[in-house]
Amino acid sequence: MNDMDALIIGEHSFHSRLLVGSGKYRDLEQTRSAIIGSGAEIVTVAIRRTNIGQNSNEPNLLSVIPPGEFTILPNSAGCYLAEDAVRTLRLARELLEGRNLVKLEVLGDAKTLYPNMPETLKAAKILIKDGFEVMAYCSDDPIQARMLEDIGCVAVMPLASLIGSGMGILNPWNIGIIIEQSHVPVIIDAGVGTASDAAIAMELGCDAVLMNSAIAHASDPVRMARAMMNAVIAGRDAFLAGRMPRHHYHGDPSSPTSGLIELNEQ
Amino acid sequence: MNNIRVNGESCKVPGGWRVSDLLLDLGHIGGRIAVERNGEIVPRSDYEQVSLQANDNIEIVSAIGGG
Repeated sequence: MNDMDALIIGEHSFHSRLLVGSGKYRDLEQTRSAIIGSGAEIVTVAIRRTNIGQNSNEPNLLSVIPPGEFTILPNSAGCYLAEDAVRTLRLARELLEGRNLVKLEVLGDAKTLYPNMPETLKAAKILIKDGFEVMAYCSDDPIQARMLEDIGCVAVMPLASLIGSGMGILNPWNIGIIIEQSHVPVIIDAGVGTASDAAIAMELGCDAVLMNSAIAHASDPVRMARAMMNAVIAGRDAFLAGRMPRHHYHGDPSSPTSGLIELNEQ
Repeated sequence: MNNIRVNGESCKVPGGWRVSDLLLDLGHIGGRIAVERNGEIVPRSDYEQVSLQANDNIEIVSAIGGG
């Protein structure tokens, strides 16, 4: 099926502009139901030590979201230094049998979870040289975003607000600058709280939205997943449709002013 | 026996054990995992070739839910 509005990331093409995380769900069954309900094709995962003594027959995450059915995007969540992020993502590539599309995330602070941009840039350079296609989580600083693009990241992923905060886009003007200057996809990542946040991101001109908590921590995650799917589609259509201009100080009637029946004098 | 560390915990393994023997013992053969030995990745194709040495530091990871 020819998709005229496909999302192109590096060498890959996707239909859905909603990317989702796999964390914070009640159990693996809910994880899968929500992800399926979202229509997302790209799903992020974290890389952690296996439980020593774990029975290999126990269900694990990749058995409910198989790499054959989804594009599994490993992240470097939990890393505060470039070298740790690089090690983590190299392990991820080995685990996923050579797949090299990754989400790079290097944090600077355990309370705010704000990204450490110097370490992120350092890690990105090493990973790109090592053949990875890097989608980089970043601050909404247009210069940092441009630096990531210039060194070869396949996507820049500015935060809307703090990870897990649900605050939505706090600085649409910065996001707008990043969108205007970027030649790689701009994917809002972190801080989305509800459907309107996702729609607003797409209306600004973002190429996609990545979220986890907004769905997993909703009271009804499967229903919110559907809401998000629709919000991303609606926002994208609204963006492509070209919205009407705003009029700040005057109205503009929707019904004609001519042909009125005889009315009382105003 | 050799003293090694696996995922941060000390343990003893028989001399001559390869990475594949360790993984089999832990029930991981066939699972989607990755292995690092002393900071370097051990490719899947080398599990049966690489022998564990005394004081080796082994990390075995898998994918879990995350954002």
